[in-house]
Amino acid sequence: MTDGGRTRPRALMRTLKFAPLDIGRSALWLLFVIVLVVSPLIFKSSLSLTILSQIGTLIIVCLSYNMLIGQAGMLSFGHAVYVGLGAFIAIHVMNAASSGTFTVPTTLIPLVGGIAGAFFGVLFGYVTTKRSGTTFAMITLGIGELVAASSLMLPEFFGGEAGITTNRVIGQPLLGLTFGPQIQVYYLIAAWTLICTVLMYAFTLTPLGRMANAVRDNPERAEFVGYNTQRVRYLVVIIAGFFAGIAGGLAAINFEIVSSENVGTVRSGAYLLFTFLGGVGFFFGPIIGAVIFVLSFVMLSELTKAWLLYLGIFFLLMVMYAPGGIASLIMMNLRVAKFGKFKRLWVPYSGVLVAGIVLFVGIVSLIEMIYHYQLESGGDTHMRLFGLTVDTSSAATWIVAAIVSAVGAVLMRIASQRFANVWGGAQSEIQQQIERSLA
Amino acid sequence: MEFFLISLLNGVSYGLLLFMLSSGLTLIFSMMGVLNFAHAAFYMLGAYIAYQISVAVGFWPALVLAPIVVGIAGALFERYALRRVHKFGHVPELLVTFGLAYCITEFVQLIWGRAPVDYRIPAVLDGPLFTIYTTTFPAYRGFMMLVAVLMLVAVYLLFTKTRIGLVIQGALTHPEMVEALGHNVPRVFMTVFGGGCALAGLAGVIGGNAFVTEPGMAATVGSIIFVVVVVGGMGSLVGAFIASLLIGIVQTFAVALDYSFVTLFAKYGTAITPDAFGYPVLKLTISQVAPILPYLLLVLILIFRPRGIMGKRDD
Repeated sequence: MTDGGRTRPRALMRTLKFAPLDIGRSALWLLFVIVLVVSPLIFKSSLSLTILSQIGTLIIVCLSYNMLIGQAGMLSFGHAVYVGLGAFIAIHVMNAASSGTFTVPTTLIPLVGGIAGAFFGVLFGYVTTKRSGTTFAMITLGIGELVAASSLMLPEFFGGEAGITTNRVIGQPLLGLTFGPQIQVYYLIAAWTLICTVLMYAFTLTPLGRMANAVRDNPERAEFVGYNTQRVRYLVVIIAGFFAGIAGGLAAINFEIVSSENVGTVRSGAYLLFTFLGGVGFFFGPIIGAVIFVLSFVMLSELTKAWLLYLGIFFLLMVMYAPGGIASLIMMNLRVAKFGKFKRLWVPYSGVLVAGIVLFVGIVSLIEMIYHYQLESGGDTHMRLFGLTVDTSSAATWIVAAIVSAVGAVLMRIASQRFANVWGGAQSEIQQQIERSLA
Repeated sequence: MEFFLISLLNGVSYGLLLFMLSSGLTLIFSMMGVLNFAHAAFYMLGAYIAYQISVAVGFWPALVLAPIVVGIAGALFERYALRRVHKFGHVPELLVTFGLAYCITEFVQLIWGRAPVDYRIPAVLDGPLFTIYTTTFPAYRGFMMLVAVLMLVAVYLLFTKTRIGLVIQGALTHPEMVEALGHNVPRVFMTVFGGGCALAGLAGVIGGNAFVTEPGMAATVGSIIFVVVVVGGMGSLVGAFIASLLIGIVQTFAVALDYSFVTLFAKYGTAITPDAFGYPVLKLTISQVAPILPYLLLVLILIFRPRGIMGKRDD
């Protein structure tokens, strides 16, 4: 670290170079805007509109969560508190507005949620940010449980088991927009998603955003430079709470109902899981996570009853083999491709793919058959599996599934070792190439 | 008096159960710096495995076998998953245990279904131990307390009086030195993780039939034991002991007390009507707020004594 500036001045200059127009980055932002605007024109059904609206909301949630875990290294188990309480305040304001107490345009309801989220960030962040690291994680869990338990104790505010409902069509239509039709709600969400994404990206460039990275990587050094790490963490929690609250307000408009499960710890866990799956190391990672979140909640849960188990296993494998999430996988492969070494990866990749499919088919058959046997053993022992009808009462089916899994596991072991060798070779060559170009 | 004694006994037995859970958690945390998020899931696994064994061969073999099975499962997890993510740092370590907790909960539902299983107290212990005034104290509660205390003594003796305990203690503070002396430190860690999980499994064996064995049982104690280790002070066994008893007793007393701010003010001659400000909060009785008391304690401890009751470090 200490000799970096002396022996490698050129390297330093290169990393600090000011790039006035980053074509790739601008193209990505443009693509993001186009996708936001065009998607409802392509996917027109009401189901896909609902899915798209949810994705928009969750992009904000996951990005705000990534401010904590990715940027400031704070593993929170209570992010749903800010989203949920933002949604509750927003829905109460909407109800008050529709009863004529005062007027708030629907377009600004998310801002109300955001202010509420920031307020609770100020309140709870004071306690949670007193500690960092593992203790912080446990305190956020405690706060999450506190709010979740309170939500059942105070039915006047939280609406008990049923939740609080509202009607999003309030006040006079503004420019003909009532926000009754789902398409108008989608564009409202899309607009807020874009604004929030830009703001959160801008936050990563601010001194506070940079300081958050320093506090994440080396809190001791950050203290020596003269920063109060606790205050940095506190501010980040408040800002993340603000954006989470905006997402809560949007969710309140979208669903027109908020219930106590919105502040629950299960929800917090889901935010953590999907943000991590998307990738916490890169700004765009949580966006991928949000898309997977909605697709798996809406589609995977239709497909199989064991979807939570699959998600858990997928999460475990990701933490073990790709702790940077899907975003890091994309970026690593892009790097290999950029250095022109992707050609040799085709064969090992297809090997892993084939082995993976065999293993997947075997394991999924076993799990699905156990589920069928356990939960739907009401007489019919036949079930559909990968287009075949199998009988869960005959031993042969179980033996076949077990053999397929075992073969898959052996193949996977061979293929992954081959892949690791080729991959490692490519990586070290890239490393050498970089060092040579810097020397 | 009767109420007080019975509540105290129930509180202590619940607190001891909490301590059986939090001691394993604290042990693993102080050794490896890993907060085992799946600890409560191992507790649940212990209860289910004990149920399965007790159906086949009876409760007493289950008392011995189930913790061993859970311990082996924990050791395998440490060996093949946790050790792999160790190089990535503490957050992935925590996340991998979080993922495991998720998987165990789903796995348990896959094998044993979503409804509670009929895990019964053995016939020998199914009766009153003694009677205070008019209330009987169940024998099984006494058995729980006995097992917890025996376990506490056994762990204490293992750590202070045996060679294994000395190696573990050494590996805790001076891993390089212990390694240089020829001990396999990663294996020591694996043993400790497995041992901690086995303690959770034992708690599951005796807690599963005292309460109810269902897929939600991990979630009910899960967050409370984290509160215990934070309140007690991270990594302090004595602190965890005090905090467990404190929370156990407070919660047991609270569920039986039917007082609220409204009754308190009424006692001093001030009547609070439903249209007073904050009435929904003021009318809550202590028994209604019992579920949040541990978390309130957590918040208070963090404000007034951030390192916990017996915590040493202030990180």
